[in-house]
Amino acid sequence: MKILVCVKRVIDYNIKVRVRADGSGVDLNNVKMSINPFDEVAIEEAVRQKEAGKASEIIALSIGAKAAKETLRTALAMGADRAILVECEQEIEPLHVAKIVKKIVEEEKPDLVFLGKQAIDDDANQTGQMLAALLNWPQATFISKLELSDKTADATREIDGGTQKLSLRLPAIITTDLRLNEPRYASLPNIVRARKTPIEEKAVADFNIDLQPHLVTLKVEEPAKRPATVSVDNVADLIAKLKEANIL
Amino acid sequence: MTTLLYADHNGQSLAPQTARALTAALKIDPCVDILICGNNIAAICDDAAKLAGVRKVLKAEADSLFHQLAEPVSQTIVSLAPQYDVIISAASANGKNIMPRVAAQLDVMQISDIVDVVSADTYKRPIYTGNAIATVQSLDDKKVITVRATAFLPAAVGGNAEIMAIKPAAIPAMAEFTGEDLIESDMPELTNAKTVIAGGRALGSSEQFTSVLMPLAKKLKAAIGASRAAVDAGYAPNDWQIGQTGKVIAPDLYIAIGISGAIQHVAGVKDSGFIVAINKDSEAPIMKIADVSLVGDLFTVVPELVKAL
Repeated sequence: MKILVCVKRVIDYNIKVRVRADGSGVDLNNVKMSINPFDEVAIEEAVRQKEAGKASEIIALSIGAKAAKETLRTALAMGADRAILVECEQEIEPLHVAKIVKKIVEEEKPDLVFLGKQAIDDDANQTGQMLAALLNWPQATFISKLELSDKTADATREIDGGTQKLSLRLPAIITTDLRLNEPRYASLPNIVRARKTPIEEKAVADFNIDLQPHLVTLKVEEPAKRPATVSVDNVADLIAKLKEANIL
Repeated sequence: MTTLLYADHNGQSLAPQTARALTAALKIDPCVDILICGNNIAAICDDAAKLAGVRKVLKAEADSLFHQLAEPVSQTIVSLAPQYDVIISAASANGKNIMPRVAAQLDVMQISDIVDVVSADTYKRPIYTGNAIATVQSLDDKKVITVRATAFLPAAVGGNAEIMAIKPAAIPAMAEFTGEDLIESDMPELTNAKTVIAGGRALGSSEQFTSVLMPLAKKLKAAIGASRAAVDAGYAPNDWQIGQTGKVIAPDLYIAIGISGAIQHVAGVKDSGFIVAINKDSEAPIMKIADVSLVGDLFTVVPELVKAL
């Protein structure tokens, strides 16, 4: 079974992004970038399925600037067999990404595509579902558990109110949530080996997809600021403050 | 212009987010139809028809739609799409699951999780875990949108819309529902409650999670939520998780108990009216975000608070 895993290079999840004062966007200069946490879970899941004998080949795919090779090396170090970079210097939208991934799927013919449920920069939560629609494959999103057999993927999804179980006929799309697994730290020998593994590079222009934006960002601003914190040191004072604010 | 609002429900009643998504929809376009997909949904359709501002309620009933799986529901929405300019739903788990599938089939981009409507084609949405708000204009002829329900007030009751049965689109089954595990609770619903108290991993166990927080929740008539860490540790069900990728809430009063306040948690609560933080650690990030902070041991402070209220 072949699993294609999509990974994205994003701002590190520990960092609170700064908004540029001129409203043009966020400041990513010299900011630490990492693999999208949900995508890391997706790679880990693919590796575990391989270790359990369910998958035979894991391909990591990223679409983005050359620096995305770092992210692919992380995926290789964790256990992916191959890595593909579709180099794309311009900003593209989830729909464009889904169309590009569809072409890779048609070439590589995986049985499953794993994606993180959302990227922590745009927080769109769309790409996996869009890819499923374009391929006309079933989808299991926000999964917390996965069991694979020859013909089906049995997934537990986190939904409003609890969890839901679905059985999908392969090939299928899976988007991962954080509770699915705890990603491993790559060992040093694996990191070194990953550095030597060639990454297949393609250019986005080769895919002949219209990358015209559907959305225009007019401005980016900070959210409304909250008032300064007042600290109290006993319950009576807390209640007094709540009464003052007309909450109690 | 006409809008189709896909209304989420749990098989028995409309999701509380639906009335709020309707407010957002009416801001974009005053002509809104509601679509309900499922099985045995007559009562839910009646409730939808009573929401003010709804033109028609479309009832799509079929066994295949019973659990609102993404494949058959999105197909039904796509079959109706030629009649609509805007297709919108709350950003509930179902909305998030289904709507991007619709957008891709219509070859348009989706605008996820809007918090404000600037004009019929321009909206505001949070990015970077809510640390930035983007104003986004859609160039597509058809718009597909999901709504962050907490950012809008619920639409009023008082309408009398016509209910029309429509034929769901038929597709070959590719996914099968095989079970579910839903939390039974008579507590207020987390995303709609006026007061929410939430516990972190400091609560130490699921027994302590309930024994410490339940009395306070009862006194305040509050819903109970949890941090990701508490859910991961098994102290609370996943349905109680508050945060960037859990539930986003905006109650009048939010009390964080033993929660450090990671960026991802704060993203889920920062639009609350009033935030109180109780934590042993004065340096915890939440202690600088809250309106009022109390440094203390939650196992002493919370029972004291219950007694004093």
